[in-house]
Formats: sequence, C-alpha cells, structure tokens
Amino acid sequence: MPGTTEVKIDPETKTLVREGVETQINPFDLYALEEAVRTKEKMTAAGDPSTVTVISMGPPQAEDALREAISLGADDAVLLSDRAFAGSDTWCTSYALAKALKNIEPDLVLCGMQAIDGDTGQVGPGIAIHLDYAQAAYVAEITQIDAKKMAVKRLLEEGYEFCEVKLPAVLTVVKEINEPRTPSLRGKMNAKKAEIVKWGAADVNAPADKVGLQGSPTQVIKIMTPPCREGGEKYQGETPELVEKLFDVLRSMEVV
Amino acid sequence: MSITVDAGKCNGCTLCVKSCGTNAIEIKDKLATIVLESCTMCGACVTACRFKAISIEIEKQPVEDLSKYKGVWVYGEQRDGHVAPVVFELINIGRELANARNTELAVVILGANISNAVDQIASYPVDKVYVYEAPELETYDAERYCRVLTDVTRELKPEIFLAGATTTGRSFMSGVAINLYTGLTADCTGLEIGEDDLLHQTRPAYGGNIMATILCPYTRPQMSTVRHKVFPMSCKRVDGRARIIDLKAKPTLFGSRSKVTDFVETVGEKVNLVDADIIISGGRGLGCPENFSILRELADEIDAAVGASRAAVDAGWIPYAHQVGQTGKTVCPRIYIACGISGAVQHQVGMRSSDTIIAINKDPNAPIFQIAKFGFVGDVLEVLPQLTKKIKAKRGAPETCPV
Repeated sequence: MPGTTEVKIDPETKTLVREGVETQINPFDLYALEEAVRTKEKMTAAGDPSTVTVISMGPPQAEDALREAISLGADDAVLLSDRAFAGSDTWCTSYALAKALKNIEPDLVLCGMQAIDGDTGQVGPGIAIHLDYAQAAYVAEITQIDAKKMAVKRLLEEGYEFCEVKLPAVLTVVKEINEPRTPSLRGKMNAKKAEIVKWGAADVNAPADKVGLQGSPTQVIKIMTPPCREGGEKYQGETPELVEKLFDVLRSMEVV
Repeated sequence: MSITVDAGKCNGCTLCVKSCGTNAIEIKDKLATIVLESCTMCGACVTACRFKAISIEIEKQPVEDLSKYKGVWVYGEQRDGHVAPVVFELINIGRELANARNTELAVVILGANISNAVDQIASYPVDKVYVYEAPELETYDAERYCRVLTDVTRELKPEIFLAGATTTGRSFMSGVAINLYTGLTADCTGLEIGEDDLLHQTRPAYGGNIMATILCPYTRPQMSTVRHKVFPMSCKRVDGRARIIDLKAKPTLFGSRSKVTDFVETVGEKVNLVDADIIISGGRGLGCPENFSILRELADEIDAAVGASRAAVDAGWIPYAHQVGQTGKTVCPRIYIACGISGAVQHQVGMRSSDTIIAINKDPNAPIFQIAKFGFVGDVLEVLPQLTKKIKAKRGAPETCPV
C-alpha cells in the first residue's frame, strides 16, 4: 500500500527508507473504486439500488486509505487487520479477502490490476477462485451491466477482447477505464465521521494455518537493492552534430 | 511463527527502523523492539540488520511427499495457433533448470487446431510436449483454462512450472496456484536452482527499487511467471524432435460463466510494447498530439514500437495502451529511446531495465539523463526529423528506388 514515489533508497545504508510513507490508496485501486461508484450510480438510476463497500487488508494505519475511499464515494469500509495475517503472500491475501467477502456477498468485486509495492496482479484473480466467482482481468470498459451479467472490454497485449461475464464476478481494471473524481466536500465530511468496520481472522473464519507467514506457500529469503543505474555520456551541441552522433550510436547497435 | 531480536547482537543502530515499511520497530534502551500489531513479517529488517540480530522463525513441514513431483514445465501460451514469443525464452531457462535438477523439460499447450504450434515447439530442445486439444479451448477463457490446467498439473505433478508474465499468464496462473495451494512468484527476472535444490526466484518489487528472492519450500509445483526479454530465446534443437503426448480432454471441466464475443486486434502500428526489440517513446516535450507522427515516422524506419509517458497519455495525445511506467506497462527492450520525456521516477520504473537507454531532451537537467547511456541535449522536434531523413537517405528512400 505505500506509494512508490515515496520510496527512496538511503545512499549510505542501501536500505529502504520508508519513513513517513503515507498509507494511501494504490493508484490502480482508485480506478476500481471510481468504477464501483459509477456502477452503483448507474444501477441505482436503473431502479436497482446498490452500495459500494471498500475493503482492505493491512495494518491499522490502512484506515486512512479507507477514509479516503469514503471521501471518493464508497458507502462503507471494512479493514481486515490481524496479527495472524502478517507475512501473507498472494495466496493468503486473496484467501483472507475472499473469506471477508463471503460475509458481504457482493455481486461484483472490483480490484486494481495490481498493487504498486508487490505489483503481482495475482490477488484479484485469486479472490475469484477462492470465492468461485466468474472473472475478467485487465478490464478497460464495462460496456453493459444488469443484475445478472455484464459485458466488458479487456486490454490485452495485441488488442481488445470483448466478453460477457455472469455475475457474481471479480474484475481487475486498468487505468484506461475511467478518470477518478476528486473528493467532494460532502465526501470529506462523510469520511471524517464514517465508522470503519474492523475484522480479524476470527471474524472471517480464516484459520490460522491458512493465513500469514504460516499459511503462505512462498517465503521471501532475501531482499537487496539493485545497483544504481548510471548515466553515460551526455552530448550537447548544434542539431546537425547531435543527429550525426545519434546516427552513429544507432549504427553501432545495428539499428540502421 | 515468531519474530525475535537477539539482545546480545542488537546495538540499537536503527537500520532496522529505517527499513520497516509499517513503522513497527522502536528502539528502547538501545534495543530494537518489534511492535507486533504493526509488523507484517515482511522480513525487510532481517535483511537490513548488519548484526544478524533479527530472525523470523516459522514451524512448517510439507504435507505430502514432494519427491513425487518431477520435471520442469513451461506453459505454451498461444493465440490462434501463434505461440507467444516468451515461450521460447522460457524453454531456454527451463532447459537450464531441468539440467540442473537432472530432470525433463516439458511444454504443456492448450487450445484447438494447434498442430502447427505443437510442431514448432517440438523443434526446440524440450523433452515432451503435452497437448490438450478441444474445440472448447479455441479461445482463451480464464475459468475454463484454469480448471483444465489445474487438473493436468495435479495429475502429472511437475516440480517447477513456468509461464510468461503476459496478461494471460499473470491472471490465470494465479488461479492454478490457488487451486493447488502452492506458491506463484510473479514477474521473475532471475531463476536458479540453489544448493538446497529449490528454485530461487528473484523479482523486482516497489517498482524495481528492491529485488526480492523468493522460495516455495513446502509445496509443489514451484510456480513462476517470467518477464519478457529477460532471458534469451532458445535455439532450435540440432536433431530429432520432442515427444508429443496427447492428453485426454475431460468435457466436465469445460464449464464457464464467461464468453468471449469478439477480439479486435490493434492494427496499423506496433503497440505490443513488451515484445518489441526497440521502443521509441514520446512525452510532453513533443508539444502536441500531431508531433507523434514524427516519432512514428522514425519508428517505421527502425522497426520500433511507439511508447509514451503518462503526461502524453493523460493529455489525450495517444491511447493508454502505449503508456510506459508505473500505471502503464513495464518494458525491457534492447533499446529504449525517450524523446521529450523528463523521466520522473514513475516513468523510470517502467523502462529502466532496458538494455540501452537513449534520451533526447531540451532540459540538460532532466532526470532521464541520469539513467541514459546516451543523452542528447536538444530539441526532439528538430533532431528526430533530421535523423529520420538521414536514415532514409542512407538506405535509399523508397521514392528513389527503381521499381
């Protein structure tokens, strides 16, 4: 959940400096949240009143991010936080979130396509498997939705795929899907007074041997900082000189 | 599981405090003290401590006999019979891993009408190609593919299973790993067999700011998705061909709650940035959307794909599919040419593992120059057209060619 831009490497100790990193919403999750709010508005206008619940698994500080989500249009927020979850890999994270979602029984679960710290992109599809919901990843547009099914457009390497997905479903969304709104004054007021629901492992019936470091199939054994990339030569001068030099560089790499 | 600080080794130096992402360590009387309710057991402090004072212990045993699992597998991703290029890179690293473990390398491929793809793969140095063909598998469907591949994996028990970190691989392999209750490490850039005979998987995290090495000690298969262009392509085999084994389709696995209705390929220009050998990207420095044509003209000449910075995409100059960076694509081409891109850290995390970075920018202090091997301080709008002209002249421009 920490924002990458805030992460710096301490040049002396070569360790991660994460002091003062705000717990903020992952950029990709902002698009998922915005799409959830828009879908709610659409469904409600069509005579099918809906609500948006935002859920996050993380340390107690993640509450700030959940309040931000309420200021952006979410109705309720759930913080999944427990000592037992510490050290969860993607298997356990998607398991715990799916367990919590079973309490809520949503028709549609929207996730960002990936986080920016672990950026694995595995948790969304993992939730779908744990919940036994239909799924669609890398969604760039929800073209149609009703109470039973939806049509989506997915962004793949070679182009767009269009597909129909039955509800309930889990979607992961890409940035192209929308432009997130900024918080309204009313949203900010709501965020301030909102009550964040807090669930631990017992509240979601997640047994201790299936979550946290204990339940995780993978283990991190080493963390290191890669060598800094160094700049090379910098050429200044008149355009024709630059073009000449650039041409030589490209020729040396057999591009031209 | 527990995290402990050895009071005899800790001298209260605060290295661990700085390394902690959740502010879960305090120094009390020159001794690091873990605030358990904030600690996520990420292990960053264990690595950061120079005095080996912090340790995380877990008590865990495999639930089954892991020696039943044998062989290295590669997922043979294909669309309409075209094998994804990353598969041939996976065959190369897969071969190395199989040799190190003294075992077989197999490719498993799912689809319909894929005999050409199977023949192509069989001409590479793999021992077996497992072919699962059924009309229902003609187009990729996350749910169906996941169920089929889970079943095959459960039955044939590979020790290691690699797939490309493509949109397809990243999303449906996750489901396979969930079903099998085993580990999947995403976007690996390093894979080797350690002295413990385990697969040591290295991947970038925090936008490449750190590299994490990950193991999957107690469950099998050990699964990884692997980034494009990190490992070289395999050569074809010298003689013979791989054994082709047809797997029996089980129609009971083919249910799905989704249906592909259409696929629209992006035509006209290369947007498949992850496969590109050369990428030429434009940013705010281009000034207006029309100037992307200057970039495209050069891209055509040198067979490059066109990328863009977030600024250019957000301004609506070019579609999102072209965006490189934190909220776009992560690429590592042989050559990356950044044109009029200042190179904010969000852009850098998407392209800094490129082999060679060339930057052209008016501002001599642009951060992009700090990572560019060849930096050119100049106006892209002047440099690029002249470069294109020069390349055309050297080649002999088409209009002067005798027909």
